[in-house]
Amino acid sequence: MSGPHLPYDSGDMGTHIVILGGGTAGTLAANRLRRMYDEHACRITVVDQDDDHVYQPGLLFVPFGMAEPHHLVRSRPRQLSAAVDYKQATIERVDPDARTVHLGGGVRLTYDVLVVATGATLLPEETEGLTGHGWGEKVFTFYDLPGAVALHHVLERFERGRLVVNVADLPVKCPVAPMEFAFLADWYFRRRGIRDRVELTYATPLDGAFTKPVAAKALGGLLEQKGIELVTEFTLGEVDGAGGRLVSYDEREVPFDLAVVVPLHGGASYVGCSPGLGDELGFIPVDQHTLQHPDHPEVFAIGDAAGLPASKAGSVAHFAGETLTLNIGRFLVGQSLDAAFDGHTNCFVETGFHKALLIDFNYDTEPLPGHFPAEVGLPLLKESRANHLGKLAFEWLYWHSLLPGRELPGIDSAMPERGKHRVDA
Amino acid sequence: MPTATYGETAVPVDDEGFFTDPAQWTEPVAEQIAHESGIETLTDRHWTVIRFMRAQYAEKGTSPTVRVLGKTSGVSVKELYQLFPKGPAKTAAKIAGIPKPRGCI
Repeated sequence: MSGPHLPYDSGDMGTHIVILGGGTAGTLAANRLRRMYDEHACRITVVDQDDDHVYQPGLLFVPFGMAEPHHLVRSRPRQLSAAVDYKQATIERVDPDARTVHLGGGVRLTYDVLVVATGATLLPEETEGLTGHGWGEKVFTFYDLPGAVALHHVLERFERGRLVVNVADLPVKCPVAPMEFAFLADWYFRRRGIRDRVELTYATPLDGAFTKPVAAKALGGLLEQKGIELVTEFTLGEVDGAGGRLVSYDEREVPFDLAVVVPLHGGASYVGCSPGLGDELGFIPVDQHTLQHPDHPEVFAIGDAAGLPASKAGSVAHFAGETLTLNIGRFLVGQSLDAAFDGHTNCFVETGFHKALLIDFNYDTEPLPGHFPAEVGLPLLKESRANHLGKLAFEWLYWHSLLPGRELPGIDSAMPERGKHRVDA
Repeated sequence: MPTATYGETAVPVDDEGFFTDPAQWTEPVAEQIAHESGIETLTDRHWTVIRFMRAQYAEKGTSPTVRVLGKTSGVSVKELYQLFPKGPAKTAAKIAGIPKPRGCI
């Protein structure tokens, strides 16, 4: 497919689209743009600092021995269309006024359009004590591969005591994953026959199991059913590894023998060195419907890097892909942008025992019961084996449909209304 | 839409008592909401936070979260919790007469 004709300056090398980040969002954006434009119409360059594309939804399963770490990692450039340039380099800063990206080794890239897709970074050192005594011994995160692997070894030897799962504060990637961890821990210890010797606690900064009332009630009910204590409005102020305590800013304490903490998240560190690019937390404050930067119209953001009032989840990047590429095309030919992105999010929530539930929502509609994508489909907000199989099947779709930037069969970018049932919480 | 009465005036608020129209807010109203939230006196430090939040809301159209306040207001997260013990972002937003900070998930 050929896209709209792009304006050329004679003697120029043509339009250059630079995509920072070769993860989920950057990869699918590059592949979608490559399909939209012939190679002679524009150059597309993707920059990332390493060659490890991690299938992040798999990290949840590593601590329980349900996923092999090396199966989750593939080459970054090999997920890109052959006609996309891949540059492995550190990003030092962006100068939005000069439309230039400064890379390590003094290399500069100038762009006509910049797509920021460098995701979210874990910031454990921002929480007092988190990386101090006990870090890597009885305080862990499963949000990166080394952490998930280390936690696997420790869980295998865990025989009794208090396991606490905590989210330090929002935003975090895949906000349901910490709760899934608690559900899977319940199942794991039951299989090992030691569930009665393990106390499970889920401590969250939210005022319920989830932000939105209908899902909060359903998920809160599941926690209770599985005997997992729910501690709410717990914003992590300090980790006392030696004393085995999580302490909230309002000075409540949750004791632990093993703490699984999801650290604070921020944008990639170079954003802080790039004046006018990001917000206080290093995320890119783009328009929530067009994905365009308010001060720099040639800058767009997609995926976890974007400061959107949506979940930081791969599904959001996928559903935003269509709007992003369409709007870059419109921007390059001077047309007004299409405010099409609705914040569509779709998450399988693994609940153990070969079951999962599914939630589907957007900026305006909270997760509701019913079926997805229509009246006949997967059950929403309800545990089922079909949803668990859906979650497992997603890994194949991730590498073969989502990253290549293809639509998933029968699933539109906009959130489907049909199949959803309005209820009171 | 529910209203709350401060002095002689009925002010539109949401179900949890957050102002839906920041223009209806006055400083005496702030003192009254603070009392209702269990804060006896608003000190200069409280006012620093309240004014900062109103300015942020006017500029960005959203109320800042605790983490953003801790990074940008000049008041640390620890002190924010000392000033507004029952959740600084929510309590200070209520006193400042701006909508509830959105939870992003």
